[in-house]
Amino acid sequence: MTTDKKIEKKNNRIGESRSPLQDAMREFRRNKIAVGGMIFVIFVIFVAVFAPVFSPYDFAQQNLRNNRAKPMEGYDITESYAAEKCHWYDTPMEWGCTTFIAGSDALGRDLWSRIIYGTRISLSIALAASSVSLVIGLIYGTVSGYAGGNVDNLMMRLVDFLYGIPLLPIIILMTVYFNAVSRQGSDSPIVTALIKLDNSAGGLLFVFIAIGALNWLGMARLARGQVLSYKEKEFVEAARALGAGNGHVIFKHLIPNVLGPLLIAESMAIPGYIFLEAALSFIGLGVSPPTPSWGAMINEGYSGLRSNPHLVMFPGIALSTLTLAFNFMGDGLRDAFDTRLRGRN
Amino acid sequence: MSDKKPLLRLENLTKHFPITKGVIVQKQVGAVQAVDNISFEIYRGETLGLVGESGCGKSTTGRAILQLHEPTSGKVFYDGVDLTEASNAEMREMRRNIQIIFQDPYASLNPRMTVGSIIAEPLEIHNIGTAAERQERVKELLELVSLNPFFINRYPHEFSGGQRQRIGVARALALQPDFIVCDEPISALDVSIQAQVVNLLEELQDEFGLTYLFIAHDLSMVRHISDRVAVMYLGKIVELAPRDAVYENPLHPYTQALLSAVPVPDPVVERKRKRVILEGDVPSPSNPPSGCRFHTRCPIAEDICSQEPPIWREAEEEHWVACHLVK
Amino acid sequence: MTKYIIRRLLMAIPVIFLMILATFVLVQAMPGGPFDAVGQRSMPEHIRILLEKRYGLDKPLYEQFFSYLGNLLQGDFGPMLRMPSQTVNDIVAQTFPVSIQLGLMSVAVGFIIGIPLGIIAALNHNTAVDYITTFLAVVSVSIPTLVLGPLLIYTFGVKYDLLPIAFWGADPPFTLGFLPPLTKKFFLHATMPVFSMGTGMAAGITRLTRAGLLDVLSADYVRTARAKGLRERVVIVRHALKNSLIPVATIIGPLLAGAVTGSFITEQIFALNGMGRRFVASIGQREYFLQTSLVLIYGLLLIFGNIFVDVLYAWLDPRIRYD
Repeated sequence: MTTDKKIEKKNNRIGESRSPLQDAMREFRRNKIAVGGMIFVIFVIFVAVFAPVFSPYDFAQQNLRNNRAKPMEGYDITESYAAEKCHWYDTPMEWGCTTFIAGSDALGRDLWSRIIYGTRISLSIALAASSVSLVIGLIYGTVSGYAGGNVDNLMMRLVDFLYGIPLLPIIILMTVYFNAVSRQGSDSPIVTALIKLDNSAGGLLFVFIAIGALNWLGMARLARGQVLSYKEKEFVEAARALGAGNGHVIFKHLIPNVLGPLLIAESMAIPGYIFLEAALSFIGLGVSPPTPSWGAMINEGYSGLRSNPHLVMFPGIALSTLTLAFNFMGDGLRDAFDTRLRGRN
Repeated sequence: MSDKKPLLRLENLTKHFPITKGVIVQKQVGAVQAVDNISFEIYRGETLGLVGESGCGKSTTGRAILQLHEPTSGKVFYDGVDLTEASNAEMREMRRNIQIIFQDPYASLNPRMTVGSIIAEPLEIHNIGTAAERQERVKELLELVSLNPFFINRYPHEFSGGQRQRIGVARALALQPDFIVCDEPISALDVSIQAQVVNLLEELQDEFGLTYLFIAHDLSMVRHISDRVAVMYLGKIVELAPRDAVYENPLHPYTQALLSAVPVPDPVVERKRKRVILEGDVPSPSNPPSGCRFHTRCPIAEDICSQEPPIWREAEEEHWVACHLVK
Repeated sequence: MTKYIIRRLLMAIPVIFLMILATFVLVQAMPGGPFDAVGQRSMPEHIRILLEKRYGLDKPLYEQFFSYLGNLLQGDFGPMLRMPSQTVNDIVAQTFPVSIQLGLMSVAVGFIIGIPLGIIAALNHNTAVDYITTFLAVVSVSIPTLVLGPLLIYTFGVKYDLLPIAFWGADPPFTLGFLPPLTKKFFLHATMPVFSMGTGMAAGITRLTRAGLLDVLSADYVRTARAKGLRERVVIVRHALKNSLIPVATIIGPLLAGAVTGSFITEQIFALNGMGRRFVASIGQREYFLQTSLVLIYGLLLIFGNIFVDVLYAWLDPRIRYD
């Protein structure tokens, strides 16, 4: 009986297994900085979801009497209390006191609340731009690499062609065009629907499209390269020899193998997406006011940099910290999944 | 052993890979003549060894039989059915009978699938059984190739080369085929493991009456497992005969050269032995020599060899050869 | 090689043509026109019609496009619609050298800082030096020009009053069209814009150089060089360094594209009279010819940049052959 149990125990141990994914996650967990980055990203996601809880005021509430408040400065909004009575730890509602943790902007809006809500913009850009470029790049690259021959050649020539185009100025022009059209309104149902969609996305729809359009090229090249290398692998030939059709080969063998490198490339591209949105908002495109985007906030505070640097610095710090967290996380994921590097660092 | 009924017959099988050039639309500027106009038969229940240097078209022949590379021309008859003419649906059915074992046990298993799902894949593709039945069948197959059935949830990277090759064998056996192309199944393995896999293949052959096309470049292993042996050079079969005829009495000068390169484990014989040393390199298959393709390196070539391709003929009983100079 | 370059240039022609066409159609499709009312000042109808006639804007679009194309071939970028005293050529002559100087100096700073730091980090692999360098590199990559620019301005311009906070320190015309005068004023003005763009590039190059050198240092031929008794310095300089820099060459392409993107922001922050700022300033107006021409110039820069990188790549890595 005991031997039976022993054998059973041994067999259970034999049955234990670790998938490549589990191996990589174990490797990732050993990288403390990367884990720290991931925790911070998760924390920011949490903040974005529960933004109303974290922000003491309405991000759009203007109060011209209290404009350009310094951080931690309190202002009396009811005139019944003296300004000195207010402290940062005071509960605003009870005391009739306004305490701006990070100060207030030129219109007297609470900067802290705006930064909190700004996480929503940056994160939705990160999510939307990476999904858009991932889906387009994956489909385009897989079709191109799998079809091969002239189809592949033509599709890749188109990518080369788009690489030669300065996309940022063209995207700026397209955004301007779209904004002008949406201001004017249109008879076309498609355009009207687009305008509606854009409004519900806080004026960001076109930024999503623009960033996706900028970045699917690299993803498509990567996906194609991966497909080309995997489709010659013997396990794909084996599946064909077993009678597998194109669908089976693509979905069962190619995409699962291609997806990993693409996801890692996307996680490393996210900082670029966040920067691009900030840049577009900075030059006055992108989100429509009063939606708070960190790039737009830097733009608004920039003219008063001399006297109120915090109006630029706080959104700047928020932008850089989130980017840093994504960079640490992305580097960690790349190192963990790149088996070639494993055990070297 | 073999009842002399041909299971597989190749007729003038040819596979050329196009060489293309062009920026936008590619045009063909040449062809690699990987397999050129070869014909032979494989009898039910036998093992035909196919040997030759790397790059001579052995593997391409195996893949062309399975229609993994669509042949440029020629026919492949399996049990009387022409595979080159078969529709997709017919070919899918035929694949239950014809399987392949690959050379590289690392590249031939999808790293993201468990052993269980790798071996169950053929059953899934052909919609055989329920999930539970498949699981049972996978366990049977694992035992058949002497692997522990508890390995079912493991991933390929957790196994050694020999174990991986067994997994490949189990996958090939899942559909109970009659004919298996063994594409250098042992070349990538340690010598100590090679014998295990070869013995496994022999046991399975006895148990299920399998027919093998055994592709290899290791002459001694081929001698061990084959009933008949074909020798390939630069896309052509140069000699085909029962094993002992090839090894004891090679007719083609290329076969003679190959065999003389095998050292004999007896210093006395080895010292006296005359070795044929081939000069030069293997010519490019995209631009093969005229006439007999071997004439550029043949130690006994005459004028006719560079002018006319030799005829494929039966020089002795069951001993086929393509050489002008063999009487 | 010459054949390859010629082929690439020929292939660029349709790209450039389609790019001009797309931009031209896009700017013309925008609602409104160049002579619409600005604020309270509206233009009498008959003058607007006269102006449109003068610039050929009343003609069909394809006619306008081909006459623009014909002018381009003669080196004429077209008129400024709202600034009749200047042409697009004048604007380009003022702004192009500034953008080019800014871009090239930033890329140069990126390489001058990035490559040595990357080498130092790799040679001290897994030591404190390595960790600090790589950590700082990730931090620098995470601070965009948009944040670094104001930070530098506040620190060095406002707080310590060491550097001028706006404008470019030299005006065209320049020697050979783009060479800046080597004056103190020029360098004082250039420092902050160049560093706010170049720091991120330097960080990226540091990471690439480090990774490239680490790769090479574990290669067999480096081990062989050590095994045969070469001094460490010779091993690094003669065997490892050149090969490790090959991957760094690949970043030049994205770097050029990044310089274009970055210049839009940098020129805005430091109020530099460059192409990017001019482009952004024009987006509220309908300066058809200016906008199309600037896109064209950016496109040409990118295309020639990419060809240059490919040629450089082949020169660095003898395994790559174009024919």
